[in-house]
Amino acid sequence: MSTIRASVHGAPASAGPMPKAAHTGAISVRHLNFYYGSHQVLFDNTLEIPGRSVTAIIGPSGCGKSTHIRVYNRIYEMYRGQRCTGEIFLDGENILGSSVDLIELRRRIGMIFQAPAPFPMSVFDNVAYGLRLHYQLPRSELVDRVEDALKGAALWDEVEAKLHHPGTALSGGQQQRLCIARALAVEPEVLLMDEPTSAVDPVGTAKIEELVQRLKERLTVVIVTHNMQQAARISDRTAFFFEGRIVETGETTALFTNPSKKQTEAYITGRFG
Amino acid sequence: MPFGRSKRASMGLPLSKTGVRRGDALFHGAAVAAAALVPVLMAGLFVELAYGSRLSLEKFGFGFLVSAAWNPVTGNYGAASSIYGSLVSTAMALIIAIPLSLFIALFLVELAPPRLARPVSGAIELLAAIPSIIYGMWGLFVLAPFLADHVEPALQAAFGHIPVIRALFAGPPMGIGMLPAGLILALMVLPFTTALMRDVLQLVPPVLKEAAAGMGSTTWEVFRKVMIPYGRRGLIGAGFLGLSRAIGETMAVTFVIGNSHSISASLLASGNTIASTLANEFTEASDPLYLSALIELGLVLLVMTFLFQVAGHLWLSRLGRKTGGGQ
Ligand SMILES: Nc1ncnc2c1ncn2[C@@H]1O[C@H](COP(=O)(O)OP(=O)(O)OP(=O)(O)O)[C@@H](O)[C@H]1O
Ligand SMILES: [Mg+2]
Repeated sequence: MSTIRASVHGAPASAGPMPKAAHTGAISVRHLNFYYGSHQVLFDNTLEIPGRSVTAIIGPSGCGKSTHIRVYNRIYEMYRGQRCTGEIFLDGENILGSSVDLIELRRRIGMIFQAPAPFPMSVFDNVAYGLRLHYQLPRSELVDRVEDALKGAALWDEVEAKLHHPGTALSGGQQQRLCIARALAVEPEVLLMDEPTSAVDPVGTAKIEELVQRLKERLTVVIVTHNMQQAARISDRTAFFFEGRIVETGETTALFTNPSKKQTEAYITGRFG
Repeated sequence: MPFGRSKRASMGLPLSKTGVRRGDALFHGAAVAAAALVPVLMAGLFVELAYGSRLSLEKFGFGFLVSAAWNPVTGNYGAASSIYGSLVSTAMALIIAIPLSLFIALFLVELAPPRLARPVSGAIELLAAIPSIIYGMWGLFVLAPFLADHVEPALQAAFGHIPVIRALFAGPPMGIGMLPAGLILALMVLPFTTALMRDVLQLVPPVLKEAAAGMGSTTWEVFRKVMIPYGRRGLIGAGFLGLSRAIGETMAVTFVIGNSHSISASLLASGNTIASTLANEFTEASDPLYLSALIELGLVLLVMTFLFQVAGHLWLSRLGRKTGGGQ
């Protein structure tokens, strides 16, 4: 990641992103309620996510984990009838405010989905997608940034020779890391991951987990997972969701070894979900 | 549903080995026979047309394709004006209809609230069901006078002073000719291409659109940079289907094109197409050479359609190799 930073500072101020020192990607969710039409699925979610850390979101199927993180980048707004109340602060700014620039917000908060979603274009164009969208870079810098992002996503060695092959021709795990590279290329402060390894084989999963560990040095990762071991392995903090409410949050080790709520204990010891 | 847990892959149960083979062979044979029928019919059609046009083929040879002469009195026939008219009217139709259908399809799939999308979709399908003779009559009685009184004079006023382009709008505004033919064809092609493009765009996985929007794309950028590339094979296919329909359309064009065997640069001038010539003159073809020339026109249309389809397939297979993805 040092290479990415270096290239940023080498860029002309007007053309490249300038991460402000104050932007650590700390998130503070306050009293978040969410509705699908008239059906409320999140109830008064309040959650503190420190910057440059990994937070795991766990809970049984249908408890609202995906819904919760889909509010952070306001992707839910693509659909009619979905709405929320409450506040989410990113580095002190309420991102649910009406004056927020959605495009810039989504540059700052990247999202990785359960199913790898490479765009129907080459590996190179996939990674360059966001760069072309947000900046006007000279070709040589574009090439450098793409390379940096692919290295940042631990994919460079595997795709160096196939940069101009279709992104869809990669393996599932590679596709997922391609999506991570695509998100990283625009230097987000936060990366949201919704079960990013559930469609990936064990080797690919290990690579992504290792990657997440390295990513937290420069951004905030919020990862939804059904895999307790995964949450325990890679996260600093964990939030346990149940029926749309956040039942318990805390240091991952503490939450897993000594849960304070009965529901949490029941879930992590596998009695339901 | 935009998201949720996907089902685990099915377990891949092994098929039982007995009792499959014989039924399979029967089914296989039937399928092959049915599939073989298509090329056999195609070949039969081709041979039949070639045989029917032997008189004309012998007399004019290759010259038939490049001569614009059409004189039943002297027995001199050429297909050039009909081929030209077919190509120009089809090109006009596609130039108008394809971008328009793409936008309507985008509107229906991405922008319109369901309460609006459903009736608009229905109306478009209804448009496809209207018999072409109705389009022809509407073209002759409604569109042509409107063009002659309002649109064509305006076009002449706007472009009449610009060299080269001026030639496109030369001549008296009659409301009959290449322009109304192209417009009518565009209108007739539109419902088909729109419905197909709508179906293609509906197949774009929601996660792909979300991923694109999640990168900070606007709705327009999601459409242009992700949905169109994802669906490009289907979209191109829709375009070629529109092309086949436009080039073969007969009745509506016959009503408004003017039916003269002449090639003119002006879109306001009368012309003809292969299909309209056939519709117009088959009943008049009294001598064998005249009839044979008309049948040869049919042969030319068949070959043209075939070549366009082949070109379409080549284009699609090249696309598939280059970028993958999509359908
Ligand atoms: N588009 C939608 N419209 C209406 N209800 C929805 C929609 N998506 C999700 N829900 C409902 O909202 C609730 C929370 O769903 P959500 O997908 O957030 O759960 P989840 O915790 O991510 O589950 P999973 O672990 O299965 O991914 C569920 O009851 C679900 O049925
Ligand atoms: Mg989910």
